[in-house]
Amino acid sequence: MSWETVIGLEIHVQLSTNSKLFSGGSTGFGAEPNTHVDLIDMGLPGVLPVANREAFYKAIRFGLATNAEINQTSSFDRKNYFYPDLPKGYQITQMAMPIVGKGSIKIDVDGSEKIINITRAHLEEDAGKSIHDLFDGETGVDLNRAGTPLLEIVSEPEISNAKEAVAYFKAVRQLVTFLDICDGNMAQGSMRCDVNVSIKKQEDEKLGTRAEIKNINSFKFIERAINFEIERQIRIIESGESVVQETRLYDSVKNETRSMRSKEEANDYRYFPCPDLLPVVISDNEFNDIKNNLPELPDEKEKRYMSEANLEEAEAKIISSSKTMANMFEDACSKTDDSKLVANWLVGDVSALLNKDNIDIEESKLSSNNFATLIERISDKTISGKIAKSVLEEVWESGHDVDNIIKDKGLVQIQDESVLEEIAQKIINDNPSQVGAYKGGKDKLFGFFVGQVMKETQGKANPKSVNDILKNLLDS
Amino acid sequence: MSIQYKSIKDLNNMLLSKEISHKELITETFALIESKKNLNAFITLNKDAAIEKAVLLDRKKNESMLAGIPIAQKDLFCTKDLRTTCGSNMLSTFIPPYSATVISNLENAGCISVGKTNMDEFAMGSSNETSFYGNVENPWGVNLVPGGSSGGSASAVASGIVPAATGTDTGGSIRQPASLCGITGLKPTYGRISRWGMIAFASSLDQAGPMARTAEDCGILLNEMCSHDIKDTTSLNEHIPDFTKNINQPIKGMKIGIVKEFDLSKLDNEVVKVFEESKKYYESLGAEFIEISLPNISLSVPTYYVVAPAECSSNLSRFDGVKFGKRCEDPKNLEDLYIRTRSEGFGDEVKRRILIGSYVLSAGFYDAYYKKAQQVRRLIKNDFDEAFLKVDVLMSPTTRGAAFEAGSKGSDPIQMYLEDLFTIPANLAGLPALSIPNGFVDSKPIGLQLIGNFLEESKLLQFAHSFQQITDFHLKTPSGENI
Repeated sequence: MSWETVIGLEIHVQLSTNSKLFSGGSTGFGAEPNTHVDLIDMGLPGVLPVANREAFYKAIRFGLATNAEINQTSSFDRKNYFYPDLPKGYQITQMAMPIVGKGSIKIDVDGSEKIINITRAHLEEDAGKSIHDLFDGETGVDLNRAGTPLLEIVSEPEISNAKEAVAYFKAVRQLVTFLDICDGNMAQGSMRCDVNVSIKKQEDEKLGTRAEIKNINSFKFIERAINFEIERQIRIIESGESVVQETRLYDSVKNETRSMRSKEEANDYRYFPCPDLLPVVISDNEFNDIKNNLPELPDEKEKRYMSEANLEEAEAKIISSSKTMANMFEDACSKTDDSKLVANWLVGDVSALLNKDNIDIEESKLSSNNFATLIERISDKTISGKIAKSVLEEVWESGHDVDNIIKDKGLVQIQDESVLEEIAQKIINDNPSQVGAYKGGKDKLFGFFVGQVMKETQGKANPKSVNDILKNLLDS
Repeated sequence: MSIQYKSIKDLNNMLLSKEISHKELITETFALIESKKNLNAFITLNKDAAIEKAVLLDRKKNESMLAGIPIAQKDLFCTKDLRTTCGSNMLSTFIPPYSATVISNLENAGCISVGKTNMDEFAMGSSNETSFYGNVENPWGVNLVPGGSSGGSASAVASGIVPAATGTDTGGSIRQPASLCGITGLKPTYGRISRWGMIAFASSLDQAGPMARTAEDCGILLNEMCSHDIKDTTSLNEHIPDFTKNINQPIKGMKIGIVKEFDLSKLDNEVVKVFEESKKYYESLGAEFIEISLPNISLSVPTYYVVAPAECSSNLSRFDGVKFGKRCEDPKNLEDLYIRTRSEGFGDEVKRRILIGSYVLSAGFYDAYYKKAQQVRRLIKNDFDEAFLKVDVLMSPTTRGAAFEAGSKGSDPIQMYLEDLFTIPANLAGLPALSIPNGFVDSKPIGLQLIGNFLEESKLLQFAHSFQQITDFHLKTPSGENI
């Protein structure tokens, strides 16, 4: 029998505001537990939330970039449930009137495009973290994250397989990083998602019973969790049983999903409008200001790179696919007139290193500054392309400063032609038999002389100058 | 000379004329508290800090009206470094790291907080009988309740310990005890006074206000209590007038509405008689009476008992034994921690309201209860808007009767809920309202309620002050003599 999979994603994006959604508490990552917590984050008796407008501005950027309806008046509701890392016993979220309504986003799966519709995107506060493995038999609560603004982006159930789900997640990640509303750092939990999966017979109109897999934070795990879940559901139905509606957890060690709670055990969240917060109204002025200052998006960058920098479509696509890569390209182009050179290095050597290590550019030790310096040193002929490759490899491993590496290792290209001439003459003098053979018609030996000069100069000679000088000396 | 029963203005004059020093005033206040211990009006005292502040004031001249005036603070306001229990076992050890805006406002104006007053647990009650810290006695009679929830504040003012106290009013918690204790109490327009640092009961209804001997003193306090607070987004960004500026203006020709739907025929004859006499006083001041219909007002109590418990069920979720306040002994697991902490920490009335609130918000019931209640609330507000096109203030008895004996309402909570029949509508509509002493029933004081239009506290105080210029009910004391 042929089964059709229906997937919907709820992506939680941590918005990169300085302070929390309802307090002045810092949103910085990695601090000592419970040091980024103010009275409001702690939910002390008597405290009140005040909405952070910056979070609204960032949410609106996302809405505009996905051609979504924007609700200039939106409001907050309370979602009530008990958990130790939820300090107030309720989460403030947007249930009835979300800031962003229906929109859509384009994804690319193996070269073919698909539109995924977005149901809504709403603001809510993050919870703290429960730490179960640090104290024997006790659970610790770290409220640093409590109150961090999240944008929850809810897709329509229009995703057909794990690959598309990953492509969708990647598209959202690309967008939010370009919009500068989230750092996209998955390892730090800046983006997490809940996946709803169900299967149905191809001819059935009605959707099957779904399982929700909670809190996945890597592309790899999304793909694996979905594939595991599809197989599990097919197995259940084909054995004559039916899928139960439930919330499941993905265990990345065992590569399986397992039941967390069934529908019967599900919380009744008792949503109601939060009486502490008036509806937030974004004025036309604020709205237009956001609209007019929307950052350049990947598609626009791709087109601009083709028209302004004369890049090939394939090159432009690769470079504009990530904000970090695009920034590197633009930074480096400001140091040289040769944008083609920059593109070649990014699409060539840098991409090759990324593939070799199987990492994203954000994870590499190559900073935009360092890359720009490398390009500048090639452009101003301080180092040769060949030397530049070894410098890049060194930076890749160590992250050290390009200029320091060049200086410490004495890699500066020999610019003085009289020095090169002297070396070339010495090589000719030292190898009379090869000179004889060359002059006797063995043209291929020319390469031998070039190699000897490069060896003597430890690669610091400009290959073109060496060629010219040797030709001059040997052919005269 | 005794300071008992003195008004803010009296005490200010005594301080200015050096008849008494700041330190003497505060020391004397604590002596009064001690001698009236039987009232159980206070949960926690602030003696050392209060005397220290008084000593400072003696050294440094400060002639403002409230400088050195002793104030009792309802134990629902967070006070930095001073235990704040909200009348509950749940917070019996809670010492806030910050002060409520209204506390800071009063203390910055020179007031000295002498202690935290007893109250119904989390402000849920109308007799102070739900307090974990025991009943409060009404100084007007042994075993009489002071009303609630601001019962300790009302009792402390009525017994003359302090000239004034803070209260909060969610459904009548300032006005009802003011009525039962024979003092003046004002609930301002919702949003006039910041809720920052007020432990929330029902956020959309809660409002702090002053309780004092006279309308004028209430105005003096209100001037300092109000502020536009960016820490409370429901705090109003409106001009704050000098609320005492117009209190001496005559009310001649102004219009008082009598609410047709408030059926007085079911009240005690004596209560009705007192009310009718008050109308005559106002007539003598030149006011005109108009009958006003508020068609939806009869829905107020049921509406309130959906909205308030709903909000409270959510507001009280933070008391879970994890971060502050009480935690049960040796919890076996998380669920056990929640169940036992909340079972032991909350009293019956609080539990009852959390249950009602959870029920009306639950899936499948929300539309029928909470949503419907909010719609009715809008209708009630509209009724008031209509009424204030025709009248300056609305007038009714504050309570259905005078103070009752502790335990006399039995176990039927509905009987207690009906205590707030006349006071609840102003909370639902967010309107200012006050209660002033207007007579006695069986030698027990009783109050008159005036409800004003949005932001018209000044007009309410003008009406109340006019009444207090030609009557002496507010000057009577439980000990028999007039002030």
